[in-house]
Amino acid sequence: MVEQAEIRVVHQGGSNITFREPAISSDSRFLLCASGHNVKVFSTVTEECVQELRGHTDLVTGVLLRPSNHLQAYSCSADGTVRLWDFTDGILIKTYVIGYPICSIYASASHDGVIFIESVSLYSDKYGNRNSLLAVHLPQTAGQLVETSDLSAVLSDVSANPATVAFGRAGEYVASTNGVQLQIFFFKKQKFSLKENSCSGRRNTFTCVACHPTDDCIATGHEDGKIRLWRNFDQKREYTYRTLHWHHSTVRALCFTPEGSNLLSGGVESVLVQWRYQQESQQDFLPRLGAAITHIAVSPDGALFCTSHSDNKIVLIQSCVKVSSIIQGLVKGEAVQTDLMVDPRSKALVLNGKPGHLQFYSLQRDRLLFNLDVVQQEFIHQEGLDQFQVVMATLDGAGAWLATVEERKQETVEAELNLKLWAFDEPSQSFVLNTTVSTPHEVRITAVTFDPAARGQTSLLVSCGRDGLFKAWRLAPPAHPDDGGPSWTCDFVSGYHGLTPQRCCFSADGSLLAVGFQEVVTVWSPASWELLLTLSQPPGIIRDLCFGRLSCSKFLLGTTSSDQLCCWNLLTCSLEWSTSMEVSLLLADPLSDNMAAFCHQDGNTDLFVFKPSEPRPLFSQKAVCSGRVSRAVFAPREVALESCEESSQWLNRSQLYFLTICIPVFSPPSQLVVDDSVAMTPFQLLLGKRRPHHQAAVEDPAVRPRLTDVSLLLQLLQSPAHVLPAAAALCSVFMEALLGVATETSDPEEEEEEDSDQEMETRATRPERGLLETDSADPVLSRAQVRELRRVRKLDHSWFSSLLDS
Amino acid sequence: MASFKPTKIPVYPKLGEKVTQDTLYWKNYKAPVQIKEYGAVSNIDFSPVAPHNFAVTAFSRIHVYGPFSQEPVKTFTRFKDTAYCGRFRSDGQLLVAGCEDSVVRLFDVSGRVALRMFKGHTKAVHVTDFTSDRYQILTGSDDYTCRLWDIPNAAELSTYREHTDYIRCGVTSKLNRDLFITGSYDHTLKVFDARAEKSVMTMDHGQPVESLLLYPSEGLLVSAGGRYVKVWDLLKGGQPLVSLKNHHKTVTCLALGNNGERLLSASLDRHVKVYNTTTYKVVHNFDYAAAILSLALAPDDESIVVGMTNSILSIKHRKHTEESKEIMSQQRRRPSYRVFVKGKNFVPKPDDYLVSKPVKEHLAKYDRELKKFNVSKALDASLEIWLRKKKPEITVGVIKELDRRGTLKNALAGRDEEQLSQLLHFVIGNIVDTRFAPIILTAAEMILDIYKSVIGQSALIDQQLLRLQNILESEINLEQELLEVLGMLDTMFATSVTRKEVPYSDVGRSNGLAQGEASSSRPELQAT
Repeated sequence: MVEQAEIRVVHQGGSNITFREPAISSDSRFLLCASGHNVKVFSTVTEECVQELRGHTDLVTGVLLRPSNHLQAYSCSADGTVRLWDFTDGILIKTYVIGYPICSIYASASHDGVIFIESVSLYSDKYGNRNSLLAVHLPQTAGQLVETSDLSAVLSDVSANPATVAFGRAGEYVASTNGVQLQIFFFKKQKFSLKENSCSGRRNTFTCVACHPTDDCIATGHEDGKIRLWRNFDQKREYTYRTLHWHHSTVRALCFTPEGSNLLSGGVESVLVQWRYQQESQQDFLPRLGAAITHIAVSPDGALFCTSHSDNKIVLIQSCVKVSSIIQGLVKGEAVQTDLMVDPRSKALVLNGKPGHLQFYSLQRDRLLFNLDVVQQEFIHQEGLDQFQVVMATLDGAGAWLATVEERKQETVEAELNLKLWAFDEPSQSFVLNTTVSTPHEVRITAVTFDPAARGQTSLLVSCGRDGLFKAWRLAPPAHPDDGGPSWTCDFVSGYHGLTPQRCCFSADGSLLAVGFQEVVTVWSPASWELLLTLSQPPGIIRDLCFGRLSCSKFLLGTTSSDQLCCWNLLTCSLEWSTSMEVSLLLADPLSDNMAAFCHQDGNTDLFVFKPSEPRPLFSQKAVCSGRVSRAVFAPREVALESCEESSQWLNRSQLYFLTICIPVFSPPSQLVVDDSVAMTPFQLLLGKRRPHHQAAVEDPAVRPRLTDVSLLLQLLQSPAHVLPAAAALCSVFMEALLGVATETSDPEEEEEEDSDQEMETRATRPERGLLETDSADPVLSRAQVRELRRVRKLDHSWFSSLLDS
Repeated sequence: MASFKPTKIPVYPKLGEKVTQDTLYWKNYKAPVQIKEYGAVSNIDFSPVAPHNFAVTAFSRIHVYGPFSQEPVKTFTRFKDTAYCGRFRSDGQLLVAGCEDSVVRLFDVSGRVALRMFKGHTKAVHVTDFTSDRYQILTGSDDYTCRLWDIPNAAELSTYREHTDYIRCGVTSKLNRDLFITGSYDHTLKVFDARAEKSVMTMDHGQPVESLLLYPSEGLLVSAGGRYVKVWDLLKGGQPLVSLKNHHKTVTCLALGNNGERLLSASLDRHVKVYNTTTYKVVHNFDYAAAILSLALAPDDESIVVGMTNSILSIKHRKHTEESKEIMSQQRRRPSYRVFVKGKNFVPKPDDYLVSKPVKEHLAKYDRELKKFNVSKALDASLEIWLRKKKPEITVGVIKELDRRGTLKNALAGRDEEQLSQLLHFVIGNIVDTRFAPIILTAAEMILDIYKSVIGQSALIDQQLLRLQNILESEINLEQELLEVLGMLDTMFATSVTRKEVPYSDVGRSNGLAQGEASSSRPELQAT
């Protein structure tokens, strides 16, 4: 039987691991952090991801260790559930359905069986939706899916930032700040002690709060960089505070160590400051942590600190002096300014990351391989400073040369530009700076590209600038033999009627260079630097240029700003065809003659894959993703596939990765932009791991959960006995599940449909199949699932009867 | 925790010529000694025997100078007219010279009166030389003939009348007593064998030949004429090897230096060029005050003697190692190597417990201040380096870094008179340097903004500000003039380059056709 080869978009990682404060397990061996729709468990020693807790169907908004059991953790999500996990084995123990999107989760040791959540829309008053802090009494019922209804509001009008709520001394009170107001709520007296707009002035808004674990002291961080220590706040009028000032801009994170001997603070300066409690004049610093600190967490034994940074990095620090390990996710700058590239050597995705750096990101392992420091200057952490940014980067065909363009914008003077050329150094396995050209063009550079010819022996680079010139740079031997190795020098400069070149592109064999000068495409011969021909398709400025590959190498494709996709035949020098579509991105597969075009329409992006020589597109999919696709790249596969279906043949030799920009539902007030890189592949290869179908259960919580899902069944069977609920409670559910499975397996013709629980996933457009799929609302089993089930049934179930006996 | 990244000091390409082995070698001469002669110095010849006196032919005299004397040790004045080509015999005992009056005279270097007079030419004799057997003399004359003479009885041995113009240069073989080569204004070089009636080889130089030179091996012949220096392979029957065109006026003289590894050519364009004889690339260049007529090198390049049209003889003597050593010994003695490796080469035993010590990174003083955000002190430290080492790159690098950090204004402000004048001194010295101008202009603007309120309080500062203003004004004028020149050049280039027509002029027309075509109704591909 031929396996079905449906093409779908898969979220390929790169999610934000520093969205919320991470949690460190009590033995300091594991670090839990929210990562997109999952919770990731990292080893603090090896930095490897040891478990991925999958189950939430929306953004996970908080991770917390269960105070009464240090092997379990709560996680809350915007899908309105709180889940209890055994994080060492990766088992979902319980799901509490709250029903409202949850922003954050808190717990305190003295409130057993109660968790506190922050949720939006429970009490909406005349001010509109305000967040409120709710206490949730977790029912002690059996069963995995628990509906909780025992909610009680503790505080209303809470800031959406989870750092602004803290529980004090053994859970006696809760402190919350919003704007310039600090509220303290005592649980015993059931009253607010302090509700003071105490800090007047423009820039001393509260940003974060932390409570001393043993003493009556609250530390608050402010926007002006001050930290205030509040005492005596149970009296109405006689509260006192003390101000500590070291940070020059906003304090983003505050944390007391478990014994209360130290206070840790961090902010944009990316310096971790350790204040001695009661001796605040003494501070210890850990400078140059790389990026702004967003969260600080301390392990329960106080030996390990962990700081989350704005560049998607978690740093583990041992006893405030030594950085022991760094967990680095895909760095998300403000925008991906460089194009996506695939390093031919390491097969890593290359894009700009930290300011002034280029990151190499492994797609297979979802890990950052390394950062290449392009700018090589001390990064000054200060807001409003013009920093050098890597705006352009390109690799040659063999990965032996890398060209980067860095730029620093200034208001008064023209931008500072540097073109750097890096050679790959075999012994050190990294790129080494070969040539620096300062101010290669007068104004900004619009495109750089290497000559693809003669693999491994690239010696030509073309750069286009806003100054109306394009320049060819050539690798030249040194003028004197004792000058060291070869370096790059300018070989040719030309323009075309003073127009601005926007795009340049080499043909696959390097014999032709196409430069798009606004409305005109000029084709040059790099061998003689002769202008061979000009092409144009007015009106509309050329936005993208691409030569066809292999059998279609006689075609030159271009998109214009007047929504035209044009294909010129270079042999007849005439327009072969053109079509009217708004192409936002056009790219060619380097290994085949296919081209991919992303079209932006009505907020969605459509994907077309076509051969320039054939009239019919090979593949098209409406609404691949929402929002605009900003960058995309074809990554070659390690092993070519043998797929026979016509629509997926184009993916046999390479995978298409693209980068979108979308805003998650639960964006904190500071407008966090998450861009996700996703991969489109035949799903049966990449989606070996299956996701459970929770959606049905969530939608209808009254229905008793049916354990129809095989993976859940498997989890149940594989999880250790001590974490499971009572066997008596489980038995009937389990039996039912098995029965259900048996009946369903009798229907093998049923087509499988995986309802994606990730926002990025969409189905392929096969119209006839699409209809079928929308009909089948109930989750049914795929063949793979059936196979797994058969394997399950072959297992020895003798333990089960003994369990029933007990 | 990443370590502090030091300030990037840009490396600028060294302007001017590269320092190579050759530059060092040819620059290692003392300041030239200049001697005024009676007329244009037409020939210089070194005696082959120590102490290597040299004979200088100028107007109607030949002076013989000792290696270090500035006064002639001997003078030959018995010429009726302009003398030409005073040359020593290989034993240094005899000297021969031609004359405008067509008589060739032979002198004893210790005597004054000519030993022999060779009469027979009808016009001025510009070429004289001894053959390698020492008993014969070669002469070449403006009467188009060259002759061989016997010294003992002053008799003419043979006459060759093959040239069709003045013979102005000639050389005899040092290995074979019968071979000699002459070059003439009829553009040809001819190789003669005294045993044969006619010339045995003829080469066409293409220009009137001014000078000839045989390599010590005598396989290669170098000829100079017009702007060209040409090298001929005699063993391959006079095949041209290289043609060098590095002068922009007539090349007048040739010489070999550095044991035959370098070739020197002197020209009327006032330059002496040094070529590498393996690659024939120019490796060095000397400049002189006037057009050069003659050039000679002492054995082992001990001195370079150049005679010019303005009758100045310039002698450069080689510097010797003893003198440079003296300078070396004046330098401070450094600690010995042992001090630096002390304890570094200790190899721990296998069961030793190693205490790792963090390597202390060394930072420059300005970097240490920058690390602590002491911006003013960092600028002070970099200015100090500039004063000490006169390297503006570092100071400019620090100013750039301060500007990037947005703290340049803070660093510039709050200075007293002395510090400010130091800063202005730096700005004045480097503001017109194109490499540094953009950033120093920014800094200068800031300085003026900050300190405009204190103008008039200090005479020193006011004076410096005035100087800055003058420098800027002259620079602006200069740039304007340069732009004018550029404009003129552009028009000249534009008229000289013929405009090339772009082929496929009908492209635009054919493109317009397919405007509304959808992708489905695409025409079928043409088989091409």
